[in-house]
This record gives sequence, C-alpha cells and structure tokens, in this order.
Amino acid sequence: MSSNNGLYPGLNLGSVHDEAHQQAEATVFGFWVFLMSDLIIFGILFASYASYLNPIGMAGAPGPQALFNLKSVAIQTAFLLFGGVAYAGVSLSMKYDHGAKKLIGWLLICALLGGGFLFFEISDFIDQAAKGGKPQASGWLSSYWLLVGLHGFHVFSGIVWILAMVGQILTRGVDDVVKVRLSMLGVFWHFLDLIWVGIFSFVFLVPLA
Amino acid sequence: MSGQSSPTFGNLDWEVTPYTDLLEHVNSSTIIGAGAASVLVLGAFAGIALLTYMRWWKPLFRDWLTSADAKKIGIMYIALALVMMARGIIEGLVMRAHQATALGALDKAETGLVAPDHFAQLFSTHGTIMIFFVAMPLLIGLINFVLPQQLGARDMAFPVLNQVSLGLTAAGAGLVMVSLLIGDFGTGGWTMYPPYTGLDYSPGEGVDYWLWAILISGVGSTLTGMNFAVTIFKSRAPGMHLMRMPLFCWTSLCVAIMLIYAMPALTVSSAMLALDRYAGFHFFTNASGGNMMNYANIFWMFGHPEVYILILPAFGVFSEISSTYSGKRLYGYTSLVIASMSIAVVSFMVWLHHFFTMGQSAGVNIAFGIATMIIGIPTGVKIYDWMATMWRGRVRITAPVVYLVGFFLLFVIGGLSGIILANPSIDYQVHNTTFLVAHFHNVIIPGVLYGMLAGVHYWFPKAFGFRLDESWGRRTALLFVGGFIFTFMPLYVLGLMGLPRRSPTFQDPDFLPWMYIASFGAVLMLAALFCLLWTFWKSYRHRMSLSVPGGDPWNGSSLEWSTPAPVPEWTFASIPKVQARGDWGETKRAGDPWRAPDSYADIEMPANTAHGLIIAGMAFALGFAMVWHIWWLAALSFFAITAALIWRGMRVIEPRIIPARQVEEEDRRFREYVAGATPITRADEESERNRGVPDCSEFAG
Amino acid sequence: MFLLAGMTAAIALAMAPASAHGVVEDSFLQPMGPVAAEQSKHLLRVIGITMIVILPVLIGVPLILWRYRYRKPRGAYSPEWEYSEKLEYALWGVPVLIVIVLAGWLWHSTAKLDPYQQLGPDPLQVQAIGLDWKWVFIYPEQGIATVDELAIPVGRPVQLMLTTDTVMQSMLIAPLTGQIYAMPGMSTQLNFSASRAGTAEGENTQFNGSGFGRQKFKVRALDPDEFDRWLDGPDSGLTLDEATYATLRRQSVLADAKSDLGLERSTGPLVMSLGARDVFDRVIGKYHRTGNGENAADAEAWGGIGLPAPAKQESGQ
Ligand code: HEM
Ligand SMILES: [Cu+2]
Repeated sequence: MSSNNGLYPGLNLGSVHDEAHQQAEATVFGFWVFLMSDLIIFGILFASYASYLNPIGMAGAPGPQALFNLKSVAIQTAFLLFGGVAYAGVSLSMKYDHGAKKLIGWLLICALLGGGFLFFEISDFIDQAAKGGKPQASGWLSSYWLLVGLHGFHVFSGIVWILAMVGQILTRGVDDVVKVRLSMLGVFWHFLDLIWVGIFSFVFLVPLA
Repeated sequence: MSGQSSPTFGNLDWEVTPYTDLLEHVNSSTIIGAGAASVLVLGAFAGIALLTYMRWWKPLFRDWLTSADAKKIGIMYIALALVMMARGIIEGLVMRAHQATALGALDKAETGLVAPDHFAQLFSTHGTIMIFFVAMPLLIGLINFVLPQQLGARDMAFPVLNQVSLGLTAAGAGLVMVSLLIGDFGTGGWTMYPPYTGLDYSPGEGVDYWLWAILISGVGSTLTGMNFAVTIFKSRAPGMHLMRMPLFCWTSLCVAIMLIYAMPALTVSSAMLALDRYAGFHFFTNASGGNMMNYANIFWMFGHPEVYILILPAFGVFSEISSTYSGKRLYGYTSLVIASMSIAVVSFMVWLHHFFTMGQSAGVNIAFGIATMIIGIPTGVKIYDWMATMWRGRVRITAPVVYLVGFFLLFVIGGLSGIILANPSIDYQVHNTTFLVAHFHNVIIPGVLYGMLAGVHYWFPKAFGFRLDESWGRRTALLFVGGFIFTFMPLYVLGLMGLPRRSPTFQDPDFLPWMYIASFGAVLMLAALFCLLWTFWKSYRHRMSLSVPGGDPWNGSSLEWSTPAPVPEWTFASIPKVQARGDWGETKRAGDPWRAPDSYADIEMPANTAHGLIIAGMAFALGFAMVWHIWWLAALSFFAITAALIWRGMRVIEPRIIPARQVEEEDRRFREYVAGATPITRADEESERNRGVPDCSEFAG
Repeated sequence: MFLLAGMTAAIALAMAPASAHGVVEDSFLQPMGPVAAEQSKHLLRVIGITMIVILPVLIGVPLILWRYRYRKPRGAYSPEWEYSEKLEYALWGVPVLIVIVLAGWLWHSTAKLDPYQQLGPDPLQVQAIGLDWKWVFIYPEQGIATVDELAIPVGRPVQLMLTTDTVMQSMLIAPLTGQIYAMPGMSTQLNFSASRAGTAEGENTQFNGSGFGRQKFKVRALDPDEFDRWLDGPDSGLTLDEATYATLRRQSVLADAKSDLGLERSTGPLVMSLGARDVFDRVIGKYHRTGNGENAADAEAWGGIGLPAPAKQESGQ
C-alpha cells in the first residue's frame, strides 16, 4: 500500500499519509458498494415498471402515447449528459490543482445543468398530471412516477450534495477529505446518467416503439 | 382513533391505548392487551428509576450510547435483541395458550384467551420482532463484536455509520414496542401481504407501524452490510489473506453481500406499499391495475436471502466452536468456504418457492423447486464437515457444544421438512399450514437462535472479562432444546392434519392434544429464557471467580483470543502480522505466544459522538409521526436528519488519540499477568483455575 | 434417535384414520382422490430417501460425542487432521446424488400433479369465488350456486376455477387436492377428482381477517346418482343475483350471512339458483373496469370492489 498510483488516477491526494489514505480507500470502496445497492433498487423498479406496462396495469388511464413528450425527454437527456461532461471539469481541476475558484465554477455549472434537467422533468410531471396521468390513476402510472421520480430525487440530492461541497470548499479548502468526497460525488453524478440511459430507453422509448 | 385528524396530533387521541378497550369490554383479551402496555410503561419507568438511582445515566451516555466502538455497538445490538426476544417468546406463549383454548364451532363467535384480531396482532408482532429485531440484531451484534477482532482490525471501516445503523435498528424496534401502548399493530403477519394490508382492508395505523419499523431498520441493515463488506475487504491485518480468515469472517462476508443485495428489495416493496397507503398509488391494490403478485415477488427476493442471512453467521459460530471445543483443526476449511459462498449465491435464485401456489406454470415451479433442493447440498456438506471436525477430537461438553449438538439433531429435521417443502407437489398441501410454521421454527431456532446463543456464550468472556456459568449455560441450552421439541414437533402433525397457520380458531377436537403439548413446550421455552437470564445474573455475581484476564479461556486459535479479557477499546496493542490460518494457534504451537510487541505507537480511535443517537431519535420521531399522520413532525424530523448529515459532513472530525504510553502500560500489565498465571489444561477449563491462560503445550489444533 | 421415532410416530398418528366423530376428513394423508393419494405417496418417498443423509447425523453425532468426549476418550486423537480427499468426494457426492434423485422425482410429480392439468375428458365445471369469510360455488351448467358447500360426483374429474372478490385467499381441500391462491381480477384453477365417497373439509389458508378461522366448507364426494339427487334437491329459495351477492360479500361467516339474508342462522349449506350464468366473469371483470376507463361504472356493480359496508347491526366483536 505504499504507492497510490492506479488507485484513483484523478485524485492527487496531498500528503500521502498512510492512515488517511487507507480510510479514503475504504470510503470510496464503500461508496461503490452503496451504489450497487442503489442499483438494485432501480433494477427492481425497472422490472416492476415492465410488469405494469400492459392494458391491465394501465387500467384504462392515460398511457404512454397520451402522456410522453419525447422532445422534452430529449432536452432532459441533453441537460443530464452535459452535466456529466461538465463534471470532467471538476475532476480535471482537482487533478491539476487549478484552485478552488475553478473548482467551484465547474461545480456550479453541474448544479445548473442538473437544475435544468429537473425543471423540464417537473414541468413534464405537471403536464402529465393535468392530462389525467397522476400516479393514483393506474398501477403503470404509479410505477412510472416512482421510477422516474426517484431518479429525479437522486438528481436533486446530487445538486444538494454539490452545493454542500461548494460550502465545504469555502469553509475548509480543498483538503484530502474534500477531494475524496468530490471523487465520490463524481461517481454518483455519472451513475445518475447511467440510470437515465436506462430510463430513456426502457421507460420512454420501449412503450412508444 | 375516533374523530378527525388534528393538525397538531394527527390521528392521535386519548382513545388509542389498550386501556380504552379494557374499559369498554373486560375480557381476557383486553386484560392481556392492557397488561402488556402496562409492562412496557412500568418497565420503562423501572429502567429510568434504576439508571437514576445507580447514577448510570452519565456512564450510559458516555461509554455506550455515544461510543463508536464496534465491540460496544455489538453488545448493544445483542442487548436490544434480548429485550425484544423476551417479548417475542412471551407472545409465542400467549399464542400457544390461546390456541389451546380456541376450539370453537362454525356458528359461534371465536373463543379463547384473546380475540381473533388480537391474535392476529400477536403473530404479526411476534414474527416481525423475531426476524427483524431479535435474529438480525443478534447476528449483526455478534459480527460487530467478533469480526474486527478476528480480522486483526481495531474497528469497523465506518464506525460512526455503524452507530447510525444501530440507532436505526433501535428506532424500528422502538416503533414496534410503542405500538403496544399507542394504537394497534398490523394483522397481516410478518410478510404483510397486500391487498389485505392495503388501505381498503386495513385502515388505521397498524400496517404503518410495520412499514416504518421495517423501512427505518432496513436502511440500518443495508448500511451495516456495506460496513461489513468494506471492513472485510479493506481492514484486515497484514498477512490476513482471505483464505486465512476464520470461517466466521467468511460467513460474515456472505451476510454482508447478501444484505447489500437483498435489503433493497424489502425497502422497495415496503416503500411501494407505503405509497399505496399514504398517497393512493396502485402498486398492490385490487383496483386500477394494481397487482399484489408483484409484492410477493419483490418481498421474497429479499425474504429468502434473509433466511440465509440469519443462518450463515450461526454456521460461522458452529465452525468456530466445533473446532475449539474438540481441540482440533476445522475439517474442510476450503469446502466450508465454498459451501458458504454457494449458499449465498444460490439463495438469490429460489425465492419463488414461497409462492409455488400462485398459479404459475409447472415448469417454473420445477425450476425453482430444484434450485431450492440444490441449496441442501452445501448445507449438508457443512454439517458433515463439523462432524468430521469433532471426529477423533477431544470434545468438551460445554454449553456451546450442547447448543451445537441440539443444532445437529434438530436442524437436520428442519432440513428434511425443507426438502419436503421444496417439492411443489407436496407444498400445495402443506403451504400455509402449521407444517410450514414448524419448518421455519425448526431451522430458525436450532440454527439461528442456538448458534447465536452459543456464540454469546463463547465470546462473552472477551466482552466482559468473565466466563458464563457452564452448568447454568448447559441447563439453558437443554431447556431450549426440549422446549423446541415440545413446541414445534406437534405443529408438524397439526399441519399434516390441515390446520392453517395464523388460525385464531379451529373446529376439530383431534387437534387439542397436540395443542396442549405445544403449549407445554412454550412454557419450557419461557423457562429457558429465564434460565438464560439467570445464567447472566449468576455469572455476574460470581464474576471474580469466573474472571479470565488472560483472555484465552477456551484455548482458541483465532486472533481474538490473543488479547486480554475484557478486550481493550483498541483491541490490539499493535496490529498483529498474520502468518497462518489460525494464527494464534500457530503462535501457541511455536511457543512463547505472549511476547510483547517491539514498540508501541499512538492509536487513533474514532471520537465519541452523539450523531447516531440524534439520527435514531429523529428517525423514531419520523416513523411515529408518519404512523399517526402528524405531518409537521414528520417534515421536521426529516429535515433534521438531512441537516444532521450535512452538518457532520461539513465538519472536520478529529480522531481520539490514545497515547502509546497508555497502551504500553496496559499491555505490559496484561503480559505480566499472563506470565505470572498458572496455565491450565482443558480438563480445568470449567474450574476456577481457568484464568484465561491455557497450557500451550496442550494446544495441538 | 428418539426424535426420529417421535417424528415417525407423529406422522403415523396423523395418518391414522380420522377418529370416530371425525366424519369430515381434513388431511391428505387420508386421501379421497388420486391427486392427494399421489401427494402423500410422494411425501413418504421424499422422507425415505432424505433419510440417507439424515440418519448418519442422527446416529453419528451421539456416537462421536460419546467416543471422543474429553473426559474419557476412546480412539485416536488427530488434532491436525483437516482434509481427506476421499472423504470430500463422499461428503459432496452423496448429497449430490440424493438431490439428483430427488430432483427427478420432483420434476415428475410436479408435472404430473400440475393443478392446471385436466384429469380427464368432460370435467365438471365449478367456479369458486372467495369472499370474506366464505366461498361461493357456482355450477354454471347446472344453474345452481352454493355457499360453503361443494358437492362433486365420485369418479368424474372436476375443474374448479377460482377467484376472489376481496383480498387474496388460498383454497385447500386437503383430502382431494393441494391449494392454490385466488386473487381478485384473476382466475386460477384446481383439477381433481374423488375416488371414494365421503366428506372432506375445505378451507382458506391465507389469513384474511378475524373470521379467517371459520372460513371452512364441506366438500361432499357423492356417488353419481346421489349427486344428481343433490342437484335436484331443495334449495333456499334464493337466487344468486346482484342483491344477494352484495349481501354475501359483506365480511361475515356463513351463519351470519344466512341471517343477513333472512334465513335461519345455521352452518347448514346454502343452496341457491343461479341468476346470471356469468357471475364469475363479472366478478373478475369488476377489477378491470376501474380507473378512468370507459366502463368504470361496472366496478360498482355486484357489490363493488372496496371493503363492503358492514351489515346494519354491528356483528359482535
Ligand atoms: C421461543 C419460542 C417461540 C414460540 C413459542 C413461537 C410461537 C409461534 C407461534 C404460535 C406462531 C404463530 C403460528 C401460526 O401462525 O399459526 C409463530 C409464528 C412465527 N414465529 Fe415464532 N415462536 C417462537 C420463537 C420464534 C423465533 C426464535 C423466531 C425467529 C427468529 C420466530 C419467528 C416466527 C415467525 C417469522 C412467525 C410467522 C409470523 C407470521 O405468521 O407472519 N419464532 N411463532
Ligand atoms: Cu425461502
């Protein structure tokens, strides 16, 4: 455990002092484990979404054709993917020590893009509810709202986390703990993209196909 | 719950306690309900009075509740489990007593000790408590206590997270407890199948109590699983390769992996049911496209792995004690590792056997039936491996060995009934009957309960510095074995005779003799519980003559026996360098095992914090508020939890440093003690001469 | 050992013919038809072969304990022995072989006893609707319906379609066939036949509220001519129409439901003539006509789909 190369290529931990390093490694590993667990949750929700995606599950309530607005979904996808790209800025400025200002700048860009995603998602939800597509209308709609809503909630938490990190950078500077957390945040942020790809294809595209 | 919901108190009002029922009708059922509530209230008062009188509040807060030490957290888990177990066993007895008096007729209202609805609450709380708040905390507690010591680590990877997990489990247990006094519990059993538990058929707070207890403690268990996994992968002592880990660590690893993958399913099914109940969603309702089959499916994706989560740590314990008490190496280490891992993996592929009778095609049933039987193979191999471990050994019949033998003889019968149930064609007949009840108690009690109690007995000296009284320990074990046989063997018969589980009444007088036998058995189980408490009490009184400061009372071979008893907060004065499997045993074999380390260094330990306690309190408030629809409190506690998490994240938390000098001093004292003590052979293990310093020359295994 | 003896004794006892007053049989170990007979035979077969792996434990553990006990050991002490290749093969091999045999039997018996498989041509069609806490049986071809009584002719296969109009239930007629769940808006089925005359007890095994323990019904396997006489026999004078059904749908056991319907309060069977032949389908259909769909109103027919309002006088709690 003497060398830190290969562990987190982008991390550039300062004074490599073994104990802290080990803790960082455990923390990052633990976070991956957490995401695995989270992935199971999404997996189950995808499966149940599929199981309600039939006339009985839709119970005569408005279905995908009536509710989905692919254009808005495409815009949301763009926001989220650009958000993911923008996080590369965070990672790079962390790696090359570009300073707190740049770091905060990139973080805020990510938060903004995430916010844009949420704006369109929520307006879709409002629109759908107005068309009778409330989660209370059918089993299929319940599963749609839960799955997509949970992802949206994750994005929201991601934004809160970004803001909390900005707060931490301002109060404690870019220390090792902050770096480790930023790298975990990055994993989380990209994880949300990954889930979204699943949602985009299975939730939105498949029923319309 | 009579009037309108109020903004301040939600659905709470003065009529929610069982005393109201008692005032309305006085009968055995309401008396028992009010009695149970009174025990809760009086117990709480007695506890508060005791703490105040003994001036224990401060130590309790400082040394326990705010401690992030995995060993203490483990002990607290086990204490919680024992309290909950007392309630669970008493409920079991009340149910048995009820059924013994419940012979009725189709045209007459149900009779017996308790009303049907009360009976339904009893089996629901009993099942929920026993699985989630007895078995789980027992095994999580034991793993917390033992795992780091066996791995050669000072603590879990995330000590404070560990504290939070304990807090969440306790908050869930607290919710189930409070339901004794405030309102009713659900009546859908520990599985809470909708649509019966949906809003239409179960209005009121009962199901919500279950939901919030499960959701909150479920998060705790998921986090625990992650903590265990990271600890095992990242915190092993140098040289502790995976294939050198004691078997208990391996089964803990299986548990960790299974918790990580299985708990989310429970969280999802419960969250969906909660959305149905609170927000009018239609996941599992009868109407509007809901489908209860999805609940069964998701619930058992958790539920089946769960039973192996329960049993695997017990298998770990049995591996340790069969070897230690036979004075022999564990037979078939690699086999046992492979068997444990394959059980963990295959257990994710069999969940459908819990609903063979849902009407799917024969082909599906065949596939899952065969998969289920396949799990029997590694399980059987394990049992034979332990027998081979004892073969040509020198077996001391200590209390843990009595549990082990009880396990051998009874568990195979549970295995037999398991194989029977794995046949869909037979399951059609005995599913949902007391045959099933007998089966799962038959694996859970001899497996999980005996295993955990054996483990508690085995490691107790490590925690408190003194052994438990062997004679009383053996008596306890024998009572648990006898109690089990009398309580549950009759249920096999009743099941074959066609008695459905959860029956508040029955009409066939032929059932009665079996009911009486089972009730007698339940009395024995209660006696066993008292005997267990008596063992603790008696051993506590004789703690001086039972003390084992040398730390190795059973002449064991894994790392935890190399440290003093009670084990210091930092566990190891210096982290051991592991050379072999059963490293401590090998060291003893090589002679001079108690050599002091070359040097001492400062030790970093996690600082005490009230973080877990605060989260626990807020989580309890959140659950309670949701149950009673006290929305302001729910929102407040939710934001308080979020704020606590963010606030802690913002701060730089310094560890507590234990100066090398202090460590050295204590360690020297320990080594001097050992050097001065007279080593004993195993023949003296149960005598006062056992000071925890074994005769190394006898160590051969 | 004594455990095993106990277990065998217990099974033997359970298999002993029902005692004198027990005219109603309630166990599949006294089968009244081929399905249950096969199931009980399969049970014994499975117990038998599994004994091969269990007996060594039941016998070996006490022996080992006695022979190698610390106080007075006999036989060698080999503390470092931890592996034997031959033994490994046996330890894994025997259970594997047994499971292979068991799996073969499992496959065979599960396929053979598939409850969806008709037992012969021209089965008697019966439909069952589970209510809280009673079962309605409908004979669409014969135009009658009963509550808590299922009569079937000996020797003729029966095809029983099930659904429920409340929460999930599970119907078990142990001496004749295994159980299957019944769920609202869906139908499942059981195929079985009786090979001797007699009365079996049928029940719901899935807890569904306080009346659960009394949700039992009689299954009468009658000789064919007696069955015909039963069909022509007296009925309650009631017709299973929407109103009667709505009353039956309330949470009550049979005896109380009868007094709700203005009949004498008793556990005797309730036989009615059938109003509409498609009651069963309509009850299932109720659950598909909900939400904002076109025929949403149909969900309110036939007693609706929610928890029914209780009868006027609060039934004693
Ligand atoms: C110690 C003595 C015990 C007694 C006397 C006892 C008795 C009972 C009884 C009478 C029932 C209801 C059976 C029925 O539905 O007909 C029951 C159910 C159950 N018991 Fe126990 N039990 C004991 C210990 C345990 C333990 C240690 C566990 C698990 C760790 C456990 C887990 C359960 C579960 C999960 C249920 C099912 C509840 C349900 O129907 O949803 N029990 N027990
Ligand atoms: Cu299972």
